[in-house]
Amino acid sequence: MPSLKIICPNGHLGFAPLRIESFRAGVRARPDYIAADSGSDDVGPVPLGSDSSTSPEAWQRHDLEHMLLAARELGVPMIIGSAGDTGSNSRVDLYVGIIKELARKHGLSPFEIGYFYSEVDPAFIRRKMREGGSVAGLDGYADLTEAELDATDRIVAVAGVQPYLKLLHAGVDVIIGGRSSDAAVFAAPALHHGYSADHAYYLGKVLECASFCAEPYGGKETVMGEISHEDVRVTAMHPEQRCTIASVAGHAMYERSNPYEEFFAGGKLDMRECHYEQVSEKTTRITGSRFLPSERITVKLEGSGKVGERYIGLCGIRDPYTIANVDRVIDWARDKVRERFGDEGYELHYTVYGRDGVMGELEPLRGQLGHELCILVQGVAPSAGMAEEVALTGLRQMFYARLPDVKGTAGSVSFPLDEVVRASAAYRWTLNHTIAVDDIFDLFEVHRTQA
Amino acid sequence: MKAKKLGELAKTIRSKNAGVNKITFDIIFRDRATYEAVKLSRAITRASMAALYGIGQERISDFVEYDPGLAIKFTIFRRAPSGSAGDGDIFGAQQYAPLLDVPVMLRTTHP
Repeated sequence: MPSLKIICPNGHLGFAPLRIESFRAGVRARPDYIAADSGSDDVGPVPLGSDSSTSPEAWQRHDLEHMLLAARELGVPMIIGSAGDTGSNSRVDLYVGIIKELARKHGLSPFEIGYFYSEVDPAFIRRKMREGGSVAGLDGYADLTEAELDATDRIVAVAGVQPYLKLLHAGVDVIIGGRSSDAAVFAAPALHHGYSADHAYYLGKVLECASFCAEPYGGKETVMGEISHEDVRVTAMHPEQRCTIASVAGHAMYERSNPYEEFFAGGKLDMRECHYEQVSEKTTRITGSRFLPSERITVKLEGSGKVGERYIGLCGIRDPYTIANVDRVIDWARDKVRERFGDEGYELHYTVYGRDGVMGELEPLRGQLGHELCILVQGVAPSAGMAEEVALTGLRQMFYARLPDVKGTAGSVSFPLDEVVRASAAYRWTLNHTIAVDDIFDLFEVHRTQA
Repeated sequence: MKAKKLGELAKTIRSKNAGVNKITFDIIFRDRATYEAVKLSRAITRASMAALYGIGQERISDFVEYDPGLAIKFTIFRRAPSGSAGDGDIFGAQQYAPLLDVPVMLRTTHP
């Protein structure tokens, strides 16, 4: 075919629902594929570690339903990557189950679902390490040690196009992917239909965040990418949005430390020589991207490990003298926690809104305190009972902080709640690494099923 | 020479995670003339950004003048990976605010 069209309705399926008007406009443009990525490591380590999604299932179901019905109506494949934020096995199973339920609910004609898993057994990593393979740290992470591996609850490998291509070759109608590079869900169909890797990976790069490559700013709107043997074109589907040279070129740098290159399992996309051209009001044409295959396949690994159970509490301060001495108030409460629990074996965090709550150590105006402060207290400990007591002591004792010249001696802080509340357990990113593999399917297990 | 605030000159000033251990900052201009003028002013450099955020220059992993995007872009290492307990900005989305008021001395064509 002379060109291939893919619409993307959502840059992170499930995080907020897709907007229907521009999605329907995209469907009317008769795309050859409907695809979206559902994952991100932006949501922090809690969803991966606790094997959950960060948003209600209703939002995920909303998008899957619109996409599935449109894809079946058009008779074109639907592709979802990084199911349920993390792409863990349980999220893939959840999405496959939702697709089957939706098929029954709407009485759809039978179709085939392909899916693959991305979770990696820590024993596999350990074996590789003991055989002398290094698991190399990215972005300031040290190379993996067995101790860090021991502290890890769940690992996913980030797929490139390979498992998608395998399923597309098998002719499935719907693909639910485990953790994947965002761009893979768009690059794979383009490669499958014989377009060059140079253009296919750029197509993926520009479509991955849906309307973030359009202007004016507005998320969750559909954009359409079109790949030919000569170029990539991207068009905004929302009536008020346009894909401009500035919005498309600007998107290449979004969420990336370097705007000129992007790494995948099997190579990297080089955008140094990209040329952008406005071909109509809503469409920008891109040429000049290059895909440089790597000699050996290295795959990114993401891992999360539990730190402990967590309780949180809130308080406010309005007395200017107490505000000026907020660190002494916090130190007082920290001391009381230390007297009860010692120096180690728990975490106690104070986030001072109105001073540096958002930016912490990066806040240049740390000395300019607000006329009132809100303080979030977090207690993290091995058991829920201990976490509750750490948080509550760290919060309650702020009330009793002994400041030498305070006028209001009936209590140093205000409480919006009497209690501390249980929050998600605390996790941390343990793996942000890469591993070299001879066969990429050692990491990704591909399956098919009927709906 | 006249001083303007970066927030007046730029179309977009934003911050966002770039992976789990970095935050990237994008300063995007409407037109090439403004972009070139800001580059020429040397108001936004690796050194000035390190000073603004009170960090050592080694904390800045990348500093790029990105001509196709009419943008100046830099990336810093986080103190702790995103979403660690105590992290106040899991997405890194609100770290750009100090850039808005950075003074930029523009060379005027009419001295």
